[in-house]
Amino acid sequence: MKNTLLNLYEKDATKKVLASLISILIGLLVGVVVVVIVGLSKDTITAAGIWDGVRLIFFGILSKGRNAAGQLVWGYNAQSLGNMLFRATPLIMTGLSVAVAYKTGLFNIGAPGQYLMGTLASLMIALGIPSTNVPAGLIWILAFLGGCLAGALWGAIPGMLKAFLNINEVLACIMTNWLAANLVTWAFDVSNFKNVLENTKAGYIYKTSYNGVATPKLGLDKLFPNSQVNGGILIAVLIAIAVYILMTKTTMGYQLKACGSNRHAARYAGINDKRNIVLSMAIAGCLAGGGAALYWLSGNTEFYWSTYQSLPSIGFNGIPVALLAVSNPIGVIFTAIFMAMLDIVGQQLTGLTAYNEYITDVIISVIVYLSAFSLVIRMLITGKRRAGASNANAEPPRNDPKNTEEGGEQA
Amino acid sequence: MSFLIQQTLLYAVPLMIVALAGVFAERSGIINLALEGIMIFGAFIGVLFVRSMQSFDVFTEAARSGDWLTLQGLELLAMLVSALMGAVFSLLLSFASINLKADQTVGGTALNMMAPALVLFLVRILANQNTLQMATGDAASWFMIKKSTFGIKKNVDIGFLGETFIHKVYLATYICILVFIILSIILYKTRFGLRLRSCGENPQAADSLGINVYKMRYAGTTISGALAGMGGFVYSLTTANCTANGDVAGFGFLALAVMIFGNWKPLNIAGASLLFGLFKCIAAAYSSIDLNGDGIYTLANLGISSHLYRMLPYLVTLAVLAFTSKKSRAPKAEGIPYDKGSR
Repeated sequence: MKNTLLNLYEKDATKKVLASLISILIGLLVGVVVVVIVGLSKDTITAAGIWDGVRLIFFGILSKGRNAAGQLVWGYNAQSLGNMLFRATPLIMTGLSVAVAYKTGLFNIGAPGQYLMGTLASLMIALGIPSTNVPAGLIWILAFLGGCLAGALWGAIPGMLKAFLNINEVLACIMTNWLAANLVTWAFDVSNFKNVLENTKAGYIYKTSYNGVATPKLGLDKLFPNSQVNGGILIAVLIAIAVYILMTKTTMGYQLKACGSNRHAARYAGINDKRNIVLSMAIAGCLAGGGAALYWLSGNTEFYWSTYQSLPSIGFNGIPVALLAVSNPIGVIFTAIFMAMLDIVGQQLTGLTAYNEYITDVIISVIVYLSAFSLVIRMLITGKRRAGASNANAEPPRNDPKNTEEGGEQA
Repeated sequence: MSFLIQQTLLYAVPLMIVALAGVFAERSGIINLALEGIMIFGAFIGVLFVRSMQSFDVFTEAARSGDWLTLQGLELLAMLVSALMGAVFSLLLSFASINLKADQTVGGTALNMMAPALVLFLVRILANQNTLQMATGDAASWFMIKKSTFGIKKNVDIGFLGETFIHKVYLATYICILVFIILSIILYKTRFGLRLRSCGENPQAADSLGINVYKMRYAGTTISGALAGMGGFVYSLTTANCTANGDVAGFGFLALAVMIFGNWKPLNIAGASLLFGLFKCIAAAYSSIDLNGDGIYTLANLGISSHLYRMLPYLVTLAVLAFTSKKSRAPKAEGIPYDKGSR
């Protein structure tokens, strides 16, 4: 009995992985189609250029640039791989942020805003406390915790609006995103952390290494020479494991998930649903803010402070990371690394071909689109053609709380 | 004062038409979170159309000789094309959420990510920069209706109404208002409108009376896509000097807020969008608003940080949602994929 159950679980898990892989493959193929169509319709792009573009989409991470003859050279590129891990660090965090909220029935599109507030708090603390008086390690810890806290507070706002005033969390998150973008610009505008020493860096905030604060490399720079990678990736992985334990092994995680599957049933069972909605958004915000801290505290990243017209894509890319991982915290680690790889691929495309990095965003959006109906893909894999009503209702926890809520509004 | 009214209208009208786009989708039962993405796509298509039409002699000649009828025709054509392509783009959402019963929030988010990515990818290849502009001239010289359009001299005063509604305006603004009125009547006074609304309230009952729910929902989202695409182009034409850069500054989401605030009813939406247009206008142009015409810019002299003014539309949206969400009455079946088998 136990064995068969185990097999069944394994089957389901493999199906999920397969569905994600198929989504990725289709996304990449759409990218290839776009590259080919644009290449054919543009006279300046040759057939060889198209072929280079296509190859880079799939294997850009292994590209070593062009040789003297103008041919693409392939091979192990430690710098690209290290940078990939560095970029994966905040993506793991924002991915976890979206995943935790999704598990509890909330769609956290507010990760960009929470990420920005985390940026604000961690940079302010890292640059504001003089390292002459306080040890740099302590400042780093304070800045990281500050980033987490700021994100958590910012995430709690849409959570409270949702729990107490029944405002759609998607809309509330989007408004708080833009508020955060303006607030961060405002705060840095009046601060004295703007880089005035190097005149090529106008508009940027000082690196945290300016104050002697930087994430320790933990030997990873030896493994990936010339890259930006640091110990942050290990911290992110540890946090992912912690989130996994929190969501699957603790009472709190169980309560959060119960509210996600059916808010009203959870309340009937004696769970405080409002508290859990706020808590879920606060945890989500905390993770996104922590991701920002890990990224900006690295010591070699510079924040462009006048950001009121744009939101950080790392925040939005938490959505595909979480969706591809089917909201599994451990899966998030791998999907985040994949997204970071696409990022590097985009850079290679911009540098080496007539194409640009936005093609990777197209690929990512196709993947998100496909994961909207991943259930159908999963069903195609098993060969069950018809999307049975009972099946469809049993699988996604998303729709249920929404429906009941809308019904509750009328009452 | 007329400057304030004109500026408010510039922001309010796209907002209104895109909010109506949201109404058509949600009243048929589909949450169209992709309004923002469709706007971005529509703006790009419209600008691209204008840009490529400018290479034809007919239009360059018309611009040179001031043949404004041809130019307004071009503007209308661009609106039509962007509406068409917006509708096509929205089919992605309809297909996923109607045929494949996908999660509409995720599907909409995907379109919101896809539109700027695709637009920026193409713009960068077409123009070698991140903004697609008109090939020659600007929106004001080609499409803006001025006193001189009617042969009136610049220094002739044509009264308050004339100065506000005829001088320095775009035809697109009035077309949008007209479309808004016509579609509102269709939604409420025709058989089609009633059927569409019934699919958003109780699709099972509608189906039992022989209405094809899938078809109606397709109609709702397609109209929604067309309106949002057109609204996107109108936004870029009237407020961004006919340029496209893969961004409409969260306008599509503001339109969703307007829709909720307006309680999914056209008349309330018109009022709500005027209010939001006013705040958006204050945020964008507070430093040049002259309230009573004495040459003193009151708002700029208050000494309030420009950052606060820019936050105003979003703060107001949240406040308004907080006060109205308890009373709001969304279409009952919105967001629920229609399944014939379920009850």
